[in-house]
Amino acid sequence: MKRGIYLAAAAACIAGIAGTLYLIFYRAPIDRLLLFNQKIFYYHVANAWMLGAAIITCGVSSLLYLRTRQGRHDDLARAAGELAVLYGAIVLVTGSIWGKAAWDIWWDWDARLTTSLLLWMTMVGYVLVRQYGGPGSERMAAGLGVFATVNIPLVYFSVKIWRTLHPQTSVVPGLQGSMRAAMWSSVALFAVLYVLFLLARMRVAQGERRLSELREQALDAGLIE
Amino acid sequence: MDFLRHVTTIAWKDLRVELRSREILFNMAFFAAMVVILFSFAFLKEGKDGAMVVVAEVAPGFLWIAVLFSATLGMARAFDRERESDTMRGLLISPAPRAALFLGKAAGLFVLMAMVEAVVVPLIWFFFAAPLFAEPVAMTAIIVLTTAGVAVVGSVFAAMLMRTRARDVLLPVILYPILVPLFIAAIKGTSGVLVGETEQTWFWIRFLLVYDSSFVVAALWTFESVVIE
Repeated sequence: MKRGIYLAAAAACIAGIAGTLYLIFYRAPIDRLLLFNQKIFYYHVANAWMLGAAIITCGVSSLLYLRTRQGRHDDLARAAGELAVLYGAIVLVTGSIWGKAAWDIWWDWDARLTTSLLLWMTMVGYVLVRQYGGPGSERMAAGLGVFATVNIPLVYFSVKIWRTLHPQTSVVPGLQGSMRAAMWSSVALFAVLYVLFLLARMRVAQGERRLSELREQALDAGLIE
Repeated sequence: MDFLRHVTTIAWKDLRVELRSREILFNMAFFAAMVVILFSFAFLKEGKDGAMVVVAEVAPGFLWIAVLFSATLGMARAFDRERESDTMRGLLISPAPRAALFLGKAAGLFVLMAMVEAVVVPLIWFFFAAPLFAEPVAMTAIIVLTTAGVAVVGSVFAAMLMRTRARDVLLPVILYPILVPLFIAAIKGTSGVLVGETEQTWFWIRFLLVYDSSFVVAALWTFESVVIE
């Protein structure tokens, strides 16, 4: 039953990718200023939102984990944390390409860019702790997840004020008609993909946790060395 | 009242151990001074329009990077001691509440950092003729709030990593991204003092207050669940 739902959602994603690509490349008009370069927007923005979703998922489930100590919250936090690193990397790379096309510069210390970079670095730290923290790292990681969530508004606010000393205009096109359709279709597609990735990664984490629990039980029972 | 007594007992215990062994304080202070000197080789240039402008741009960075880096040395050590002699368990089963335990540890680190700052701040004033004492109230507020923020967040993370093998490497990796807003505020506030922009300075002091109070709450809330064995 569950498997069927996964497969159906995955099939919907494949259809969604084809449909969204059609909307982006055949329906949405070519941008007047940025020409073909603007097409990366549909990919970039959808991934940026998923980055936000992943960080929030990670923070909330870390909080729940610290509160309840139930392994499933930890599995979810772990899956979301790793996805946040993935999405962050995509967002930073596609954002740089977009920046090069729009402002002829790869990187700019704009509030949003800097915030994304810092949040991404925090999530990389989160994954590093999980990877190299050794036993008990899930609690450390959960603590870090909570701190990262508390930090989000502070980072955005401080970076924003820090930058207002050097104001910067940005080119965010107002979305009309078919551009809007392509955009929302892309966001919906990536949201479904995000949930699928999250569930898939979570199941792996669950399996790993059960395996190590079983191993410990077996060790206690003297079944294995 | 009892709570405060517990806090001071633990902070005083840490400081007494440190003052007797002097393991980290001298190293921290020397390291911080060395960082300042290295930075001055890297970034100090002769300005065309008077040296003051240049100093106002770089001196806050020198100060806070030196403090932050040296604090990282100290905070790992504060919990290392408890681990090496396995005294953390003793602290945890003592009648002191966990929150007091944590605040005591953070207070100890705060005092240690303050001692380092007592060296670094005059050093920067001396080397770069930076008018750090132009607004004593604002500057003291910045120093106290920034030090408190670093001590609080640093103590939680050092406690978290206490039992990890790679703790020396992981501590800065997870600590620095969280400290960035604090760092921006400290640097901007200090440069406000140096160039005499009172409004900017007080804005960042208020920001530091918000930062500190958010993380004191987060720290008190998470500390208990991350240190229990």
